[in-house]
Amino acid sequence: MHPVCILLVLLSCFSVVSSGTSAPYHGIEKYAEEYPLPKLPYAYDGLEPHIDRATVKVHHTGHHAAYTTNMNAALKEWKNDDTSDSLSRSSLLRILQNLQDIPVQYRTKLRNNVGGYVNHALYWGCLSGNQGNRTPTGTVAADINTVFGSFSAFREKFTAEAASLFGSGYVWLSRQSSTSATAKPPLVITTSQNQDTPISEGLRPVLVIDVWEHAYYLKHQNLRAKHIGDWWALVDWEAVNVLDGWWAKMDVKVHEDL
Amino acid sequence: MLASRLFTVARAFPKHAALGCLVPRLKHTLPDLCYDFNALEPVISAEIMKLHYTKHHATYVNNLNITEDKMADALKNGDINTTISLQPALKFNGGGHLNHTIFWTNLSPSGGGEPTGDLMTAIRDDFGSFENFKKELSATTIAIQGSGWGWLGFNPVNGMLKVTTCANQDPLEPTTGLVPLLGIDVWEHAYYLQYKNVRPDYVKEIWNVINWENVTERFAKARMEKLQ
Repeated sequence: MHPVCILLVLLSCFSVVSSGTSAPYHGIEKYAEEYPLPKLPYAYDGLEPHIDRATVKVHHTGHHAAYTTNMNAALKEWKNDDTSDSLSRSSLLRILQNLQDIPVQYRTKLRNNVGGYVNHALYWGCLSGNQGNRTPTGTVAADINTVFGSFSAFREKFTAEAASLFGSGYVWLSRQSSTSATAKPPLVITTSQNQDTPISEGLRPVLVIDVWEHAYYLKHQNLRAKHIGDWWALVDWEAVNVLDGWWAKMDVKVHEDL
Repeated sequence: MLASRLFTVARAFPKHAALGCLVPRLKHTLPDLCYDFNALEPVISAEIMKLHYTKHHATYVNNLNITEDKMADALKNGDINTTISLQPALKFNGGGHLNHTIFWTNLSPSGGGEPTGDLMTAIRDDFGSFENFKKELSATTIAIQGSGWGWLGFNPVNGMLKVTTCANQDPLEPTTGLVPLLGIDVWEHAYYLQYKNVRPDYVKEIWNVINWENVTERFAKARMEKLQ
């Protein structure tokens, strides 16, 4: 059986096993007139005792919601301004992959707000309160061992990047872009400032930590290292593999279209 | 004031580098705070002031000292790779120390209102009115993406005042040439426990504790240095 078909079967198995709610990042690959604030796959207290209810609530309804509102407003302004611009009527993913083609008067606003919208959707999508999915598993875990030597070596490197990032930003585990329909591209750790995203570098992120102060200040104040510890305790490795598979599904479509 | 003295991180002492470099190097320390942690309430809470000063600013001071130690060793060893790779940490921690040292003096429990005299004249000349200046500094500062500072700076080349911003802890003078007069810290740690995500409220309230005497002093000094 074609390896990608195996992947699609596995993907559909995950979908059956999961709660049935769609992941927060679903829809970023399709054009929409307006984008809703993604629903969280858990209640506001669903990440307790690691990330507190108050933080999840303000992070989602304050910060993520503001990026959603500002993104929708900026997209509307851009579309109204130039009815012929096809990029303004593309998916959020395509917009992030082609920032340099956005007219300069909208570029910064969209880079920040589409970035903020998508980055937070991915952040929420990698976490859960589900104790059953704490062990690294699946293709991602296997590839982590291959690239980094061991899971603990990977975790150490990822943690060091998260602890030392200056200012506001994210640390990512991503796959490089797919050049083959069969082989899984290698994994790489990168960081981004503010609401920049590795999607704009052609990468496919499968795991992300938000280290903006708003992600942890209410609970941990200046102690970012404690937030990093909390975050590791919440990573849902099944969800990470689902995200990995979601990118692969899109790459399959791309290869089929060629 | 007593509370702040108790949290001074390290006493200054001369530190000699080896191998022919006999210039003593002083360790950086937290500056004294001229008011108690609760003095700026209700604009900035005591909880925020205490964390901001004893944790955040103190960490910049500690890490600046560590970075400078490493830099001294690298320079002594002629290790150019290391001296270059230490630049970001120097800028970040050095900038953090400089910026916060200015910030504490820019605020006062008896602050607020409007400046007078030469500073007010200069503001009117360069911005049209105090209201225009306040609007511009507020809007520009609120709009900063991520972490950073809003600044009123003095341009020593043309003698004019200018509103601008810096990202992260980039220090104003080394990165732009402008002399810092008034800074507003909009890193989330500066306001989050009190204002959460509503940065505009924090920026609106901080005008009530601006120490115009200090800003005027800085302006007068910058102008005098330009004339020389």
